[in-house]
Amino acid sequence: MTGAAAEPLLVARDLRKSFGRTCALDGAEMSVRAGEVVAVMGPSGSGKSTLLHCLAGIVTPDAGEVRYRGDRLSAMSDGARSALRRTDFGFVFQFGQLVPELTCLENVAMPLRLAGRRRRDAEAEAARWLERLEVAELAGQRPGEVSGGQGQRVAVARALVGGPRVVFADEPTGALDSLNGERVMRLLTEAAHDTGAAVVLVTHEARVAAYSDREIVVRDGKSRDLEHTS
Amino acid sequence: MSIGHTLLGLLESGPRHGYDLKRAFDERFGHDRPLAYGQVYSTMARLLKNGLVEVDGIEPGGGPERKRYAITDAGVTDVAGWLATPEKPEPYLQTTLYTKVVLALLTGRSAAELLDTQRAEHLRLMRELTRRKSGGDLADQLICDHALFHLEADLRWLELTAARLDQLAAQVTR
Repeated sequence: MTGAAAEPLLVARDLRKSFGRTCALDGAEMSVRAGEVVAVMGPSGSGKSTLLHCLAGIVTPDAGEVRYRGDRLSAMSDGARSALRRTDFGFVFQFGQLVPELTCLENVAMPLRLAGRRRRDAEAEAARWLERLEVAELAGQRPGEVSGGQGQRVAVARALVGGPRVVFADEPTGALDSLNGERVMRLLTEAAHDTGAAVVLVTHEARVAAYSDREIVVRDGKSRDLEHTS
Repeated sequence: MSIGHTLLGLLESGPRHGYDLKRAFDERFGHDRPLAYGQVYSTMARLLKNGLVEVDGIEPGGGPERKRYAITDAGVTDVAGWLATPEKPEPYLQTTLYTKVVLALLTGRSAAELLDTQRAEHLRLMRELTRRKSGGDLADQLICDHALFHLEADLRWLELTAARLDQLAAQVTR
């Protein structure tokens, strides 16, 4: 683990969130330090994806707070939160995250283009990331033409290309077989480690969580840091 | 693991000294537990007595460690029989973990905490094996995967048991 003694980058305190009558979070807490990989585990429906969405500023909690580098996300304007997600955060989901009309290279270059980089620079950087994720040969292909495992590696490249401080990965291997899942996890954690990015990894699979530095368990909307139970 | 059968199998590719056999065993199968010299020589003595190996030559200088062993036809048949016999799957019907959970419930201690502590310990070992696998060769990867799949099965049981603790408590304290 790197930065173990550093101040947390991201802190969630007493998060509560309901969707209609369904209580998704009921006092969830967690913190993420720079450079560490934290797995968020728990049974289906336990609230782990909602926790990730709150941490990333996608969902606003009903109560409690999320602080990123000391700033409260809920105190930011929608525009400021969107900008933060573009500049400081990267995302990898289970599927459906790549734009089908664009090539894999264009997909990976997109965050840089949105940040104002010139096409040539953005695509050169994207090509380097595709190579890093061992999918350089897919540059000209569209997401529909590649396998699930290859698509996830393209998605990881896209999540990391902009140099985020935090990568949010929600069941990134959920649709993959064991071998492809392990390859994605190895590449994701190695790349994050090399760039110093923290990773918040939502998974219900222990073998995927084993790539993390530590785990948070969410049960019935409450989270508990297992680091302090043993 | 049957050390005797493994050493016999290693002899099939040609005669070896006891020391070579130990080295070959440790390289392929020893990993965390290298074979003791004493165990190699006692095993070879037993195989010799049972006619599964024979002494192929003795190097000048004498001593038991200088013997070169060769597998006999009976030894080859024995290895073939061992390889063709499926290993008995572990039934896992008497687990310490289950016993601890029930005892915790019977004595009014926190079974949930026990399960969480165990879960943390399993995950700690899984992380260690995952790191070792990432830096290892194919043999390392396969051995670690075997351990990881077993630990994962335990974790699934821990999760399932945690979800059924109330039910179990009602049953055992009835």
